Amino acid sequence: MGTVRLLRSVRRLALAALSMAALGLAGCAAAGGREGAAGSAAHKAAVSGQVSTIKNIGSDTLVNLALAWAEAYMAGHSEVHISVTGGGSGTGIAALINGTIQLANASRAMSAEEVESARRNGFEPVQHAVALDAIAVVVNPANPVNGLTLRQIAEIYTGRIRRWSEVGGEDRPIVLLSRESNSGTYVYFIERVIRLGRKDNYDLPSPETLLMPSSEGISAEVRQNPNAIGYDGLGYVTMDQKVLAVAAAEGEPYVRPDAATVLDGSYPIARPLFMYTAGRPGGAIAAYLSWILGEGQGRVQEIGFVPLPGGAEGRGAR
Amino acid sequence: MKRSRPRWSDFAVEALIRVLGFSTVGFVLLIFAFLLREGLPVFFKLPAAALLGKLWYPTFGKFGGLPLILGSLLVTLLAVLIALPLGVATAVFVREVAPRWAREFLKPLIEVLAGIPSVVLGFFGMTMVAPLVRQWLGAPTGLTAFTGALVLAYMSLPTIISVAEDALDAVPRSYRDAGLAMGATRWQTTWRVVVPAGRSGVIIAGMLGMGRAIGETMAVMMVTGNAARLPLDAAALFKPVRTMTATIAAEMGEVARGGIHYHALFGIGIVLFVLTFLINLAAARVIFRRRRKGGLR
Repeated sequence: MGTVRLLRSVRRLALAALSMAALGLAGCAAAGGREGAAGSAAHKAAVSGQVSTIKNIGSDTLVNLALAWAEAYMAGHSEVHISVTGGGSGTGIAALINGTIQLANASRAMSAEEVESARRNGFEPVQHAVALDAIAVVVNPANPVNGLTLRQIAEIYTGRIRRWSEVGGEDRPIVLLSRESNSGTYVYFIERVIRLGRKDNYDLPSPETLLMPSSEGISAEVRQNPNAIGYDGLGYVTMDQKVLAVAAAEGEPYVRPDAATVLDGSYPIARPLFMYTAGRPGGAIAAYLSWILGEGQGRVQEIGFVPLPGGAEGRGAR
Repeated sequence: MKRSRPRWSDFAVEALIRVLGFSTVGFVLLIFAFLLREGLPVFFKLPAAALLGKLWYPTFGKFGGLPLILGSLLVTLLAVLIALPLGVATAVFVREVAPRWAREFLKPLIEVLAGIPSVVLGFFGMTMVAPLVRQWLGAPTGLTAFTGALVLAYMSLPTIISVAEDALDAVPRSYRDAGLAMGATRWQTTWRVVVPAGRSGVIIAGMLGMGRAIGETMAVMMVTGNAARLPLDAAALFKPVRTMTATIAAEMGEVARGGIHYHALFGIGIVLFVLTFLINLAAARVIFRRRRKGGLR
């Protein structure tokens, strides 16, 4: 019995000594780390002395562009670290509302419900348009159909038109492809195309619509299935899909999406892409956003999107 | 003095094991409690008719779960229907027919099969199986319930094979000897004596395979097309479906905590949990009955 008690107390002592040693080590390491960071920051530029981290999550449509921006910006500003993740507009906005990130990417405007829950968490979300995007309607290259009107696309997606022969194609069934419901592109497509932009229209895509978890899912199916029709951001359309020309109404010209037709407004399915901040941004985030609206616009077109109108120089000076 | 040391360490190890064991049970209970806390509100916030509706458009406030539940059941049952004959036949081959060296080689191979990540199988299904289903069966798209069932069948095969093989293994040698001594051929002995004697094990294999299949997510999401349509027509097998697991996986990332959609996804989780529980319970009952009857039947 005596041995047991002795053993216990010896162990307790050893444990205590060990944990104290560990604490001491950790303290040293932390101090060293802090010094290192401060040193390097001071070396680069005389900023406040720490690296600021911007977490940027949201729209899968925007993610490639956001990544390109973050990489270019970090190359010139070592005092800022930006981490970019996709997941869908809803994901980014939810994370902004929950306060886990500083910058949300969204391919749609925030809903009234989302703005409300942001207010409940004590801040007013601020919207920044950062680029323009056209939504391309795509089919298999073997499909002879070249153009559709908005109304025809709406009737195809609501299931009223079921065969390609009804819109001038071959006698094949139509397979509807859509992005998943967490995608801002999905919501925008329903409001602008399926409901033809009318507020009193409550049409929904047919339950037969295949919801693909990614842009890659849509392009893979369109590439190999001559029955398929899909839609996605112009930046995600690959060469092996056929982009349809779209007419705003019967009798109007069929227009293919590109930078020029998006900017002059003749392509009917185009929208701004947004970044959201919690309240008016300051410090590193404000600097980053103004860089995006200025110099950053130069990279927009190579990723497949359309730069904001007005020219990079004028915007940067603002 | 010397004897007390091993007794003390015995006590310590025993206590440790007890704590670990109880904490595992505790974690399971906690997970279930969490699932109930997050999922039950949806059953109060929405009327039952809305929850069993035919339309699942969560972005637009329609939370009809029927297409998802039926979609999961369709894909799972079909997967087991495909996998069970294949799995049992493989087990019979490995246990009764194959020579010893082949068995030594096949068993680890089957275990390797179980280790293939589901996303890899999903990718394989999406790029290789789906186009074949479309071209050979003339379906409008290859992303169908049938494609999902094929991939799931492949994934539940290792479970079914190893459980069925154990069941055949448990059939006493005297049964085989008796069969052969009565003048039955080897095949007659296997098919009429050994397999019926291991019948309950085969049923358990099917149920565990089903449990494996109904919970699978990634591969299913990649190959079934995820259209929340009601799979009740004759052609439903060769049309897309949306399963409960794929719905939770695809939508959980977007929802705001505490919203109806959030609770609805946990509600689906409860349904899934209950279904899996029932399947396992049924399997456990069969095992229990077999034990009582002395290892056979």
